[in-house]
Amino acid sequence: MNILVCVKRVPATGGRIVLTPDGTDIDTRYLGFTVSPHEECAVEEAVRIVEGRGGSTTVLTLGPAAAEDQLRDAMAIGIERAILLETDGRDWDPVATARAIVEAIRAQESANGPFDLILFGNESADSGGFQVGIRVAAALGRPVVTGIKSLAPGEGSVVARREAAGGGWETFELPLPAVVSVKEGINLPRYPSVPGRLRARKKEIERSTPAWQSGGLDKVVLRLPATETTQAEVLGRGAEAAPAVVDLLTRIGVLGR
Amino acid sequence: MSSVPTHARVVIIGAGIVGNSMAWHLANLGWRDIVLVEKGVLPNPGGSTGHASNFIFLTDHSKEMAAFTIDSAHQYRELGVYTETGGIEVARTPERMEELKRRMASSLSWGVEDARILTPAEVKAMVPFIDESVILGGFYTPGVGIVDSLQAGTLMRQKAQDLGALTIAAGVEVTGIDVEGGRVRRVRTDAGDIEAEVVVIACGVWSPRIARMAGASIPLTPAVHQMIDIGPVPMFEHTTGDVGFPIIRDMDTNMYERQHGTGFEIGSYAHRAILMDADDIPSIAASALSPTMLPFTKEDFDPQLEDSLALFPEIVGDEKAGVKLAINGLLSLTPDGNPIIGETPEVKNLWSAAAIWIKEAPGIAKCLAEWMTHGTPEIDPHGSDIARFYDHHKTAQHIAARTTEGYNKTYGIVHPMEQWASNRPIRLSPAYDRHVELGAEFFEAAGWERPFWYGTNESLLGEYGDRVMPRQAEWESRWWSPIINAEHLAMRDRAGLVDLSAFAIFDITGPGALAALEHLCVNKVDVAVGRTVYTPLLNTAGGILADLTIMRLADDHFRVVTGGGMGMRDRKIFQDALAADGSAQLFGLWGPLARDILGLAADGSADISHKGFPFLTSKTVDIDGVRTLASRISYVGELGWEIYVPIEQGLRVWDALWRAGRPHGMAPVGIGTYAVTSRLEKGYRAHGAELELDFDLVEAGMARPTLKDADFVGRAAYEKQRSHEPAAVLCTLTVDDPTSSTGVKRYMLGREPILTPDGQRIVDAKGRGSYVTSAGSGPSVGKHLLMTYLPPDQAKQGTKLAVEYFGERYPVTVAVAGSTPLFDPDNSRIRS
Repeated sequence: MNILVCVKRVPATGGRIVLTPDGTDIDTRYLGFTVSPHEECAVEEAVRIVEGRGGSTTVLTLGPAAAEDQLRDAMAIGIERAILLETDGRDWDPVATARAIVEAIRAQESANGPFDLILFGNESADSGGFQVGIRVAAALGRPVVTGIKSLAPGEGSVVARREAAGGGWETFELPLPAVVSVKEGINLPRYPSVPGRLRARKKEIERSTPAWQSGGLDKVVLRLPATETTQAEVLGRGAEAAPAVVDLLTRIGVLGR
Repeated sequence: MSSVPTHARVVIIGAGIVGNSMAWHLANLGWRDIVLVEKGVLPNPGGSTGHASNFIFLTDHSKEMAAFTIDSAHQYRELGVYTETGGIEVARTPERMEELKRRMASSLSWGVEDARILTPAEVKAMVPFIDESVILGGFYTPGVGIVDSLQAGTLMRQKAQDLGALTIAAGVEVTGIDVEGGRVRRVRTDAGDIEAEVVVIACGVWSPRIARMAGASIPLTPAVHQMIDIGPVPMFEHTTGDVGFPIIRDMDTNMYERQHGTGFEIGSYAHRAILMDADDIPSIAASALSPTMLPFTKEDFDPQLEDSLALFPEIVGDEKAGVKLAINGLLSLTPDGNPIIGETPEVKNLWSAAAIWIKEAPGIAKCLAEWMTHGTPEIDPHGSDIARFYDHHKTAQHIAARTTEGYNKTYGIVHPMEQWASNRPIRLSPAYDRHVELGAEFFEAAGWERPFWYGTNESLLGEYGDRVMPRQAEWESRWWSPIINAEHLAMRDRAGLVDLSAFAIFDITGPGALAALEHLCVNKVDVAVGRTVYTPLLNTAGGILADLTIMRLADDHFRVVTGGGMGMRDRKIFQDALAADGSAQLFGLWGPLARDILGLAADGSADISHKGFPFLTSKTVDIDGVRTLASRISYVGELGWEIYVPIEQGLRVWDALWRAGRPHGMAPVGIGTYAVTSRLEKGYRAHGAELELDFDLVEAGMARPTLKDADFVGRAAYEKQRSHEPAAVLCTLTVDDPTSSTGVKRYMLGREPILTPDGQRIVDAKGRGSYVTSAGSGPSVGKHLLMTYLPPDQAKQGTKLAVEYFGERYPVTVAVAGSTPLFDPDNSRIRS
């Protein structure tokens, strides 16, 4: 089975996000970069499927040259090939991003044969548009499901499950080739091993530079939501605190009266 | 947010391992109303303590750092937070194996117990997962261990609270420090102001920023140290306890590796120096992990993974062990690599406790607390004293240059004489161009470029042949030349001209000058105008703080002359007593022909005869139209003068002396002679070598027969020291036969252990081991010379002992017990 995973380089933010002085971006001077937890799971899922049934894995990203880091992270845990659609650092909206990825997929598939399964994370960790996977599937005319937390590929189809609103599971069977966006929790991603890291360092990355295009959505400014301040109250120290703790637990209904 | 008290005896800023240790040690010494202010949350507020690797290797070539570290390990052990794992420094190269032998010697000198050299097979037996084919051997110390530094901090805070001495204000940020009349007055915080008598800055990488609030300078830089943690390692699944294997330092690759639980930590000092500004460290809220755990830059670290993989293929090469954590951890680096402790020279009662690592923190805190309480720390902190810095040391450019240069030497093989290469030259003598023309090899002292020897004196080598004591081994030939010994002999035979620019010179004037100096100095300063006094300074416990000369230039005008290295520190000692200022340039002229040469250079108006210009006096001598102050004194054991010149006229005087002396065979003489060979032959003691707080004047052989009438700092302790036999006596030893087992002549450089002939450590009644305080050639006596303190039983002329050097023992003999010079014992040359 040939699997493609699409990821996006995003800042690994701390507790409080700091914006650049002009308010158009996150201040990343002292931040590292990563991909969203959903995408980490998508990478892990691809590696596991191929470990189990054979096939090939490819990771693709649209981003600045430094996004090579995220491709190598994916290769460090077992993805075989990497494709970088290199941008000049400008923002690409979901429409333009999907368009560029579709073009790259078509080029790849005409050279190397089709991808049976294309995996996305459910949404990116920064802009959270929830769109790119769906748009890519629509453009390629392939079936798509989102929010998937269980994936069982079979011959010619894949069974995907997601949690239903209000409890229970929804189960889908998609004919291949298909597009699936997965959610954190589908698996527990492994840490890269040192030999994996060293192998990833030496691997080739296929690069191309799609021309920037507008999908019609322009970022004007970022605004931080007002932070909720919380207040902690010290109820006491040591054994002396016990009555106050009992009172509180009773008040909030943890202990019966 | 906590509220803060409105008053405190002392405010300690920062609750990392340093601040917590300070709180406990001050409380233990009786301080009360201690307030510990911490911006973050306890017990892990987000500084370097929270991510430190927490292991302690005991051996350091520096006596001071070894003492702090050994004491810290002891304190951690007492707190029950020390896990003894043993530690092995492994060698991949023959040069490193030699260095490990040197570390053995330092272990013996400083009393690190049971250290030994291991074969690769012995290393393998202790660390079964190492590939022993990569290494040539190891240096093993059983007492190496891991400490839980956060728990240690918690326990020390608790102990201070149990004494009712400590209030903790966590989640409180310092916003300012108020200084009035040169003294610290209050600490401003976002929870209110605290009136404080004393403030301690224990803020790790943030210390420069906090010091700046008070107008003080703590010249350190935050720098990145990378580490990763891999696991779970299948091989460690059944290890009992947290740590089951010795810690490995892979010295040649600048890395360390240690097992903990099922994990394996790899740290590196091999990557490029990555420096930051304290102001740029992200806030706690904006940090992904903590402010001092910055995003990992794997491009810096990955090349080193190959080195780690080669040494530990089974662990690091395990496909199942993942990289769980990888950080760029921040730590503090300083321009000379030493901590920064003591009262800031800028602000009274503002103390720095900065650039201190886990391994030395409790030991330094104890030292600082003693220093703050009664001024007499047990361990001499002069190498870490914040007052050691000159202004140029405090510039961002200097800090960046030297820390960048020093970072990759963290595990380096650093020669004791090794010179810094970056940010030079800084301070130039007016005669600098002359030195360059004479082919000077420059060493740096207090920022000054000092000729250590002159290349053009190579012509003297033929004149003296083997008397220059040529060296065969590369190690002790490094940063050395036989020309030094040739210059020495030329000076003894004829005359030598020395540029002493690096001396710190400051004048003390005014009606209170005499009383203040008399109070500080052991020897009588109230001498006739024109006299020069050589005197030690003591602390109240009678420990030796400094030694220097004071010239009385007028009734209320004194000139203090001291070594450059400790110049600023010594200046602070006087400054604390009164205001001081002055500047001058200094040359030295010594040798049997010195009087003739000075006579030719001077205009004849000053009487420079022995009778007209006696030893230890000074007077005005006009040289080529420049009014100089000549001081008849000697650190080399020859007739001669120090000549003080206004800086801008220095070159004119150098040239005049040169024209007068050159036809008579006067040689330019470097510091290699001045500071090493000639003083050793004369048994002259040096601060930082023989003279430190842990020795007294009786032991150093510097006690004079009579005591002056005036009171002075340390008098009571000194009188007590004089009343009984010393526990050790400073001796000069000669190396009987420097020939090694392979037939190479070897020459010790200092700090090696002095042992009994059968290799046992020599320890005096106060528990101090004997080690070489200074070493060097004695070209005029034809022997390699060592100075060392010995217990009275061994401190007898003719006693046969041994010195350990690079794993071999060499026979030595006590040539002089006490202060009698080996060369010219009657001092007839000085007084001719």
